Parts: sequence; C-alpha cells; structure tokens
Amino acid sequence: MASVSMTAPTAETALDLWLAEQTDKGLLRFLTCGSVDDGKSTLIGRLLYDSQLILDDQLASLRKESRNRTTGDEGIDFSLLVDGLTAEREQGITIDVAYRFFSTDKRKFIVADTPGHEQYTRNMATGASNADLAIVLIDARKGVLTQTRRHSFILSLIGVKHVVLAVNKIDLVGYDATVFHAIEAEYRAFAKDLGFESLVAIPVSALRGDNILAASEHMPWYHGPQLVPYLETIEVGSDRIERPFRFPVQWVNRPNLDFRGFSGTVSAGSVKVGDDILVAASRKPATITRIVTMDGDQQRAIAGEAVTLVLDREVDISRGDVLVHPGETPDYSNQFQARLVWMNDEQAIPGRSYLLKLGAQLVPASITDLKFRTNVNTLEESAAKTLELNEVGTVTIATDKPIAFDSYGDNALSGSFILIDRISNATLGAGVIDFGLRRAQNLSYQSFDVNRKVRAEMKGQTPQIVWFTGLSGSGKSTVANLIEKRLTSEGRHAYILDGDNVRHGLNKDLGFTDEARVENIRRVSEVARLMADAGLIVIVSFISPFRNERRLAREIAGDVKFTEVFVNTPLEVCEARDPKGLYAKARRGEIENFTGISSPYEAPEKPDIVLHGALQDPLQMADELFAKVFEWDTGYSI
Amino acid sequence: MTNSGPRGLSHLKSLESESIEIFREVAASFERPVMMYSIGKDSSVLLHLARKAFYPSRIPFPLLHIDTTWKFREMIAFRDRMAKEHGFELLVHTNPEGLAANVNPFDHGSSRYTDIMKTQALRQALNAGGYDAAIGGARRDEEKSRAKERIFSHRNAQHAWDPKNQRPELWRIFNTRLAPGESMRVFPLSNWTELDIWTYIYSEGIEITPLYFARPRPVVERSGTLIMVDDERYRLEPGEKPREEMVRFRTLGCYPLTGAIRSDAADLPSIIMEMQASRTSEREGRLIDSDQAGSMEKKKQEGYF
Repeated sequence: MASVSMTAPTAETALDLWLAEQTDKGLLRFLTCGSVDDGKSTLIGRLLYDSQLILDDQLASLRKESRNRTTGDEGIDFSLLVDGLTAEREQGITIDVAYRFFSTDKRKFIVADTPGHEQYTRNMATGASNADLAIVLIDARKGVLTQTRRHSFILSLIGVKHVVLAVNKIDLVGYDATVFHAIEAEYRAFAKDLGFESLVAIPVSALRGDNILAASEHMPWYHGPQLVPYLETIEVGSDRIERPFRFPVQWVNRPNLDFRGFSGTVSAGSVKVGDDILVAASRKPATITRIVTMDGDQQRAIAGEAVTLVLDREVDISRGDVLVHPGETPDYSNQFQARLVWMNDEQAIPGRSYLLKLGAQLVPASITDLKFRTNVNTLEESAAKTLELNEVGTVTIATDKPIAFDSYGDNALSGSFILIDRISNATLGAGVIDFGLRRAQNLSYQSFDVNRKVRAEMKGQTPQIVWFTGLSGSGKSTVANLIEKRLTSEGRHAYILDGDNVRHGLNKDLGFTDEARVENIRRVSEVARLMADAGLIVIVSFISPFRNERRLAREIAGDVKFTEVFVNTPLEVCEARDPKGLYAKARRGEIENFTGISSPYEAPEKPDIVLHGALQDPLQMADELFAKVFEWDTGYSI
Repeated sequence: MTNSGPRGLSHLKSLESESIEIFREVAASFERPVMMYSIGKDSSVLLHLARKAFYPSRIPFPLLHIDTTWKFREMIAFRDRMAKEHGFELLVHTNPEGLAANVNPFDHGSSRYTDIMKTQALRQALNAGGYDAAIGGARRDEEKSRAKERIFSHRNAQHAWDPKNQRPELWRIFNTRLAPGESMRVFPLSNWTELDIWTYIYSEGIEITPLYFARPRPVVERSGTLIMVDDERYRLEPGEKPREEMVRFRTLGCYPLTGAIRSDAADLPSIIMEMQASRTSEREGRLIDSDQAGSMEKKKQEGYF
C-alpha cells in the first residue's frame, strides 16, 4: 500500500481554503434514463473515471473483470463500475436504482442510475423524484424508442424541469450529423408538451469519451456544449424558499414539563421568530417564540432546514399537523385529483382501501374515480377500470379524514404522496396532486335526534354485524339461516344480507372481476352499517374473498360490533357438495372468475370465530356461534 | 428536490438536515428503534446527528454495540467515555455461544468468524430486544451493493434483505409500515460520501477515536496488509516481532482483520488532505470484503449490516 504524506504545518490553511470552496460548491442531483443497452451505466462509469474518482484498487479489479467485454481505449468496461448486484452482472442489465457520487472543481453530483428494462419503470420514477435534471440516453443506431417516450413522460409527471438528450454511441453511426439532427428533431417534437424548462441535445460516445469533457475532434459539425461542462454550469435554481411557508410536524419534542417543541423540516418558504402561524387543520393560531437547534437558537429557518419550533401558547398539535402562515394556507380537504404511477404487480382497484402517506400524514384512502389512463407512448387518454404495474392514471382520491396539501406544481413535498397496501405494506403507487376538490367540504353529515342507541333500546337489543366469509358451498348461508331463526325465536330483530340475493337487486350491475368484487363488498358493507344503525343484528353471508375488503367492511362498521366468522371448509369438500352445480360448471370453464377455481380466496389471518364446515354439522356450528352472538347482545353467557 | 448554493443551504448543511429528518421519522414511526454503534467515524457522525435531531431531548432509543471481543482496546475505552459524556443508553452484546466456543479470527477464518461473532450476534441482539428498526451508518458510496439500498430498507422476519423486492422510495416519503416480526434497517448517512464525513467531522469538531490519527504503533505484515498487534492474543509467527511504524486506520473493526496504512497524518486537516490525494477505496483495508466477488451483497442477504 502506498504511503502518502502531506506537509502538516500548511495543512490547516490549505484545508480552510479548500473547505471554503466546498461551501460555495453547489449540488446537482440528476438521473440517467433510457432504454436497455443505451449505455447508461457506461456513461456514469465514464463520468466517474473522467473525474478521477476510480481508485487504484477498483481500477485493478475492473481491468480484470473487463476481459472478454467491449471496452474503450482504456481497456475498461465502465458499466461494471455501476452494475452492483450479482444478479445484474449475470443478466447484464441494471435492475434497480443505484446512487453514485462524484464531484468536479465546480460542483458535487449525486447520480441516480435508473433501469431501462420495462418492468422496472417504477424505479425510474423513484430516481426522478429527487432529481433536478435528467439525462435521457438514446442509442444513435435505434433513435427514439417507446421507452424513451415513457421515461420522458414520467420525468414530466414527476416535474423534472431540465433534460439533456444524450445521443450515445454516435461513433457507431460514423459520427453522422444527419442521424443526430433527425433524432433531436423527433425528440423535440415529442417533448414539446412535456413542460421541460430546458432541453439540450448532445451527441456523445460514453465508451470513447466523445463530447463528455471536451469537444470531440470527430464531430466538427457540432457546436453545442459538452456534457460535463454543461452539468457543471446549468442553473437549476429552485424557488422553494420564496414559496409559502410549510412546516410538517414530524415529532413532538418534549424532554420535560418546561419544554414543548415541534420538530420537523421546513418543506417550503421560511419562518422567523415572532411570526404568527396557523395549524392548517384546526386553524388554531400561535406565534413562534423560538427556533431551536443544538447549535443554538436561530432567528430564521429556511426551506430544507431541520429545526424545532416553540410557540407562545398551548395548542393541540401532533405529528402530521402542518404549520403555515395565515393567508397562505394549503388546501384542507378529503378529496383531490391526482396523477398516479402504479408500481406493484397487484392492480389498482377503485374502492379498495389503501393507506396514503403525504409528509407526516398517514390516513386510509381510496381511489373513488379512475378518470382515465394515459398511454405513455402516445400521451393519449383512454377510459380504464384498473391500473396495472407501470401504468399512469388520472384519479380522484378520497381520504377518510381531511388532510393538508398543495398542488404538486406549487410545492412538490406537500403535493406528493404514496399509497401503501394495508396487508402486505408494500408501496403500491406514487401520486402527484393536481388540485383539491371542494365538493367534499360542502358535503357534511346531517344529524338526527333519533339515533342508533334510541332505536336499539326500542328493540331491546345491541346492534351488531356478523360477517360470514368462506368458499361457495362452505355452509355460510345454512348457518346464517339457523342463526337468524334462533335470534328471531329469542325475540331479536335480525336480517340476513345474502350474496346471491343482493346480486339480484342492489348489485345486479356488478360482475365477478376483482374490481366488481371490491365494489360488491363496499356496497354491502355500507348497507350493513345502515341496518345496524337502524338497530338490527345484521348477518352478512358473502364469499368476500379478499382480506382488504373484509378489513374495509370492519372499518365501515366503525363503532358497531363486528364479528368476522370464517367458515373454513376445504375446497375439496365444497366441490364435492356443489349444491348449485357451480363448481362443475367452473371446472368446465363455463363460469369465469370462480372463487377457489379461477379466482383466489384469501383466508382470514385472524378471524374472530372459525367454524370447521367439514368437521361440524350446521347445527353444531350454529349453536357455537349463537352462544357468542347472544352473549354480545345481552352481556350474559348462555 | 435539493439544490444548494448561494440561495440555499450548503451541501453539508443539507445532508445534515436530511439525516436529522430520517432520525425523527424513525423515532415517530417505530415502537422500538435501536441505533447500531460501531465506534468508528461514521458512528461518531451518526451519534452527533442523533443528538441534533432530538435536542433538547435525549436520544429516545438505545445504542447497540456488537462486541466481538476482538475490537481495538482504544475503541472500547472511547465507547464507554462517549456513553458517559453524552448520556445515551448503551447496550453491548457478544454472541455467548461464539464466546464459549472461543471463536476467533485465527482458527475459524475471517468469514466464519464474522458470521458467528458479527452477523449471528447482531441477529441475536435484534431478536432479543424485539427491535423493529435498526439504524446503521452505511453509506451508498462505500460499496456497489450498498449503492442500491433504500434509506428505509425492509427486512423480513429472518432479517434478510431481498434486493429485487425493495419498496420504491420517492421524494422524502418513507414507507415505515411493517408486519409482525419484520423490521427495518435505516441508513441516515446514505447520501454522504467519505469526504463529506471527514469535512463534517472537521467543521463540527466531532470527537473520533485516536486510531484514525497516525501514531507509532506495533504492526506486523499479513498478505501485504499491516496489522496492529493490539494485545497478547495476536498469534505471531515463530520468532516474529511487531515493529513500530507510523500508521493510522481509515476504517475500524476487529483489530486482527483491520489493515493500517502508513501515514504521517496526525490530525484532521492532514487526514482530509491525504484523503483527497488517496488512490485506494476505504474498504480495501477490510479483509472480509475481498473473500469472494459479491461478498457484501451475500452477507447482507444473510442479515449482516
């Protein structure tokens, strides 16, 4: 290992100078995107190499690994530097976002290398969400491809304002000016509606180094900027500090009874000691008395700073609240229109309940309306019932309670959100808010004097919902029928909502696709809730195959006692019984989307009661369940 | 979107704010967080940022050190002093079976030793504590597979990482949701580079262990790497005697597996100047990474930090 030494006495002064330089140095976050094999990894490898960031030991192992690969004059396959994961090296493609760091004398750079392979488009949106600029790579031999259009559209959606079109592998078309100009013209025509503030096209060869650092001698016809000098100087100044003040409270800071502060990061604008502020949700006012940091109190905090604010009075504020200046308040609503990028194999279904995270706010939410899907290749809009992985839709989102937000164009951090699956906890999609919908604010609940309690007392019973789930033929309706008879004979008022019966009336417009099943359950959940409000004991007998919707039913029930009863009868037993001959038909392919055969049944993980339809007869099951239902109704066991 | 420069925050200040935000998100979103404390320079920065994130409150979670019993003595002394000075809760765990079987880097080889005394020990400690979030000091610039890891990185109930099934992480919105038994690894220093770490230590005056500074130390040479003989347990060749050399460490771990570099850089400015001129990457001094290609990725899938 080489020994390096520095003359110690002068080190401190030299360092001070150098540190001062570092402070002035700006940071540019950019991403590279393009189709498979356009050479993104090679380009980043080239940037790292040319900025002398490849260290001796890395270079040695790289030369070894580069044998039998396409290399430049340096004998290095630059893509090896960035294709990190073993699986990627084996497949020869980049499959995830990788972050790289380099700096020149003028700027520091964080590069997100994002995948070109179609199924990983979601990662590109991820890379774009924190980027100031994007390099869109095009293989000069192939021109503008579907992927190029898709990625450019996502850049525009996520709000990346500056684009460099790098026409790569220009050496492989003989440094031909006509090829370059044709590609540039085609791309500009496509991109004219995408809202980029700057767009520059540069012909490059990442492998050979043409037009990366300095003008290429092979292209005397090109008079534009070279890539690195352009990245060093482009002005991407954001005006976040001039925007209205937003402070999402992340954590309430309460070390002792004498101190109560609100910790968070200023997401836009700035705030001073003495400023009047409002809590966006409650509209409660207060005045800032201190801006606390470990380095001492500050008079002012600007966008991007993580601080702790102290107020002049006791105000009820918790995580998720947003502090703002009066007169510059954000939207506060439970409905908004947004554009949504879907990022999961499981399709987006209107009506299904998800968790929505926006800043520090986390609320249940659902897509209430899928207005249209945008064809990312042509930018055409078409009607859609669901969104698949990598599709982009314009949707209306309704949250369970109002949240504070801005439109994405006004404030990226308070106008963006993710949707989370309530069971797998996967991040399903990411959205940007177009505008809030006022409609929701004008629609409030009418309250009446006769309420559930009064109606229940008249009937001398406690309303509850008993929700059966299980395969067709498992015995749900038989047991439900027995329970209703027992309750009635005990003088109770009960009602059965049966899947087949409800589908003849209320839900006769619904089929058996996943999205129709979701809506089917949503409607019957609301009806069950209304009936419980009317004072009834409601027995719901629906296959209800999805965990998500059973959870939704429980939530819609709210404070009404809700019992999930799983009639756990094995498929073979149900199929052998086949009371309606449906399994036979499904096996012959005459019924599509039949639960258990051609559509999934998600068994409950924690049902309140499990009945074993293959081991117990219906009377036994009914006895067991009735005892529970009666106990909850009266408070006495029988 | 972060953009620094004259109109905004400096580069280091914006990295600092980002890390503080991540710390607070952990404290607000998890039931039982823990912070890994390895005593190195990155841990020192991590500790400093954690103190800033919660000030004037104390750090609202414990710090956990996995002690293989083969750390440099100076590291242990430094660790105990920091805990006393900054008043954080310090937990120390050693794999008891490994200790009983006297697992050591000499007899068991670096990869088995690391698995038993580090990876398994970590798993034991995380399971025993029931921690749902473990904060670590890893940076994306350190190593190729780290470059792709999320800031909030999901682990299944076996503590394994599935690189092909990572949650997309957009803007500053972190999905902190977990199923029972699952956990999160959180990396507040993801976007820092080694140079950022050193300049931050310098500008904030953060204390680090003296092992980073060049001093005369007793060393021997093993396959081209200088190893400091920190105590009598080191197995010398017959007739071998450690020689005094001016050396320092760029990274710290178990002393028999940590390579020193020859250097005269005895203070921070000299270290940073030397760093700028340096032509080798920092993990080269760690013997465990070079065992096999893709070795870090493999270790992480098995639960290594």
